[in-house]
Amino acid sequence: MAAESGHSADITHAMITTPMTAADWLIIAPVVLPIMFGAILLMLRYTSVRQAVMANLALAFMFVIETALLLHVAEAGPQTMTMGRWLPPFGISFSVDITGVVLSLAGTFVALMCGLYSVVDVDAPRTRYGFYPFLMLMMAGVNGAFLTGDVFNLYVWFEVLLISSFGLIVLGSEKAQLDGAIKYAFLNLIGTTLFLIATGYLYGAFGTLNMADITRMAATPPADAPVRTIVVLYLFAFAMKAAAFPLNAWLPASYHTPRIVVSALFAGLLTKVGVYAILRIVVMIFAAQHGLLAGWIGWMAAATMLFGVLGALAQSDIRRLLGFLVVSGIGSMLAGIALGDSQGLMGAIVYAVHSMVVMAALYLAAGIIGRRAGSFDMRELGGYYAASPWFAAGFLVLALAVAGMPPLSGFWPKLVLVKAAIAAGSTWLAAAILVTGLLTSLAVGRLWLYAFWRGGPEGVRDGAESWKIESLDGRPALATYTPFAVLVALVLFLGLYPQPLAVFALEGASGLIAPDAYIGSVFGETR
Amino acid sequence: MNTVIFRTVAPYFTSLMVLFSIFVLLRGHNEPGGGFIGGLIAASAFAIYGIACGVQPVRRALFFHPMSIAGCGLLLAACSGLPSIAERVPYLTGLWVFPKIGAVELALSTPMVFDIGVYLVVVGAITSIALALEERERD
Repeated sequence: MAAESGHSADITHAMITTPMTAADWLIIAPVVLPIMFGAILLMLRYTSVRQAVMANLALAFMFVIETALLLHVAEAGPQTMTMGRWLPPFGISFSVDITGVVLSLAGTFVALMCGLYSVVDVDAPRTRYGFYPFLMLMMAGVNGAFLTGDVFNLYVWFEVLLISSFGLIVLGSEKAQLDGAIKYAFLNLIGTTLFLIATGYLYGAFGTLNMADITRMAATPPADAPVRTIVVLYLFAFAMKAAAFPLNAWLPASYHTPRIVVSALFAGLLTKVGVYAILRIVVMIFAAQHGLLAGWIGWMAAATMLFGVLGALAQSDIRRLLGFLVVSGIGSMLAGIALGDSQGLMGAIVYAVHSMVVMAALYLAAGIIGRRAGSFDMRELGGYYAASPWFAAGFLVLALAVAGMPPLSGFWPKLVLVKAAIAAGSTWLAAAILVTGLLTSLAVGRLWLYAFWRGGPEGVRDGAESWKIESLDGRPALATYTPFAVLVALVLFLGLYPQPLAVFALEGASGLIAPDAYIGSVFGETR
Repeated sequence: MNTVIFRTVAPYFTSLMVLFSIFVLLRGHNEPGGGFIGGLIAASAFAIYGIACGVQPVRRALFFHPMSIAGCGLLLAACSGLPSIAERVPYLTGLWVFPKIGAVELALSTPMVFDIGVYLVVVGAITSIALALEERERD
């Protein structure tokens, strides 16, 4: 733009001229708010108490805004805001549909619960080192990934959340943490590098990075475009991020090393971003090529489920056991993606929400167990049922939910997935889901038996009065049991009244299969 | 690196480089330059000062912690999109004002605010890394 006055040009061909309404700002707020609060918290790092309060207020505010965004999108369909006023595909678009906003809302809720828990789990040195700025910037990355409508922008948000998560995982710099962080960082960097390479190919082939624009072109790609290569590269990169078999080894090797609240955040949020990216890019954009890969994704899903839960059966450290269960859950979501019809995708979305809530809650419960007993090893635990029956009941709810027992949140997505698999003729996939459910109930049942039901650790007689567990009281009790109880209540609610989530997920799934409204929100109905 | 010549020249050198970095930052909108490269020049200025005179004098001279400077820049960059709300245009749209100071017309814009934010983020982050590395070396 020239630096003299009197410079009015006709901008209607290059720029968006319709004025923005207040509702449009909801699209961008879930990303801008955490960046701003992250920056403010970074500046105020040496004031320990205010950090936690401010971060939790920010997360609560984001939760309210995303609820409003969900209601708006449910009513008015997919929404788009294109940055800098440039017409898409030249400006970077944020395109929000039901799938993105449901996952983003669930993620923010889980982060809020982890934020409450962190009040006692993150000590003063870790706060000074920057736990809360990292948390806020990671949330900016997660929400950005769920809401963006541009492939390269998706890559940028992946990097934002990845770099913040590197910060979170090494916070405290213990030896085991550095070991876990190296595995985590190295494999994730390979994954994002593949993502970047695939994006380079994509731009070379289509000349655009706007998701809606590529979706329009992908049905009839340019003749010499290496579309299959691109799709396989994307699938590989995202499967690595989502910890799908055989690229899952980094997850159980690193998720048990940081503070428990960081593990809960990672287990709740990060792998689901990978699953979401598969949904968006492999299922929605490259719908024509999805059919070619569906069989492979199905095998990958079955292997992820089974190897995940078999790994869980072999562990004695609770945190490692839960890490393997996260992997196993990814398999269920991939099964839905492999089926690719509206039922299967709906199952995958509902399972993703369920997995976010229940895995974060289980990690927080493991944190409570470890905090009280001073150990995460099942062999050294016992007697929690006698010591605190309410906590034991809550844990049992989570254990049954993760195993997929009715009437809890894990049951409905598995039911939908099994039905969809049988309807699609993939009986083996349905069988894999059911066998995984059985093995999962064995794995969590074993945990329940060791840590809760028996009187004390090995060598202590049942009913022996000699085994005492420390109880939490005051601030630690309030800050640890409140988020745990809220998440358990949410698991019960989603199990007993799954209808709203199912309706949203079904709408999201049909939006992924027939993305006309998504494309329309970017380019206007006329084009 | 502890010669008299270097220690004498370094403060002048540093101030020149910081001045030049601001020049590069401001010319960046229409010509080569901008926040990122300007920030790198300023950060290398502080690194040179640190090598010559030690890390503590740099920290004293900066007054704020380098990461706080980066945080301030991030906040500034994020806020540069907010005037769009009042104008009812999408986030981060470039908005311009042309106030006249005497006979000179100044071109001020939100992209400039964004670029200053980028400048501060780069200065803060790179200086923080450089100072941390220089500190370790001295132990």
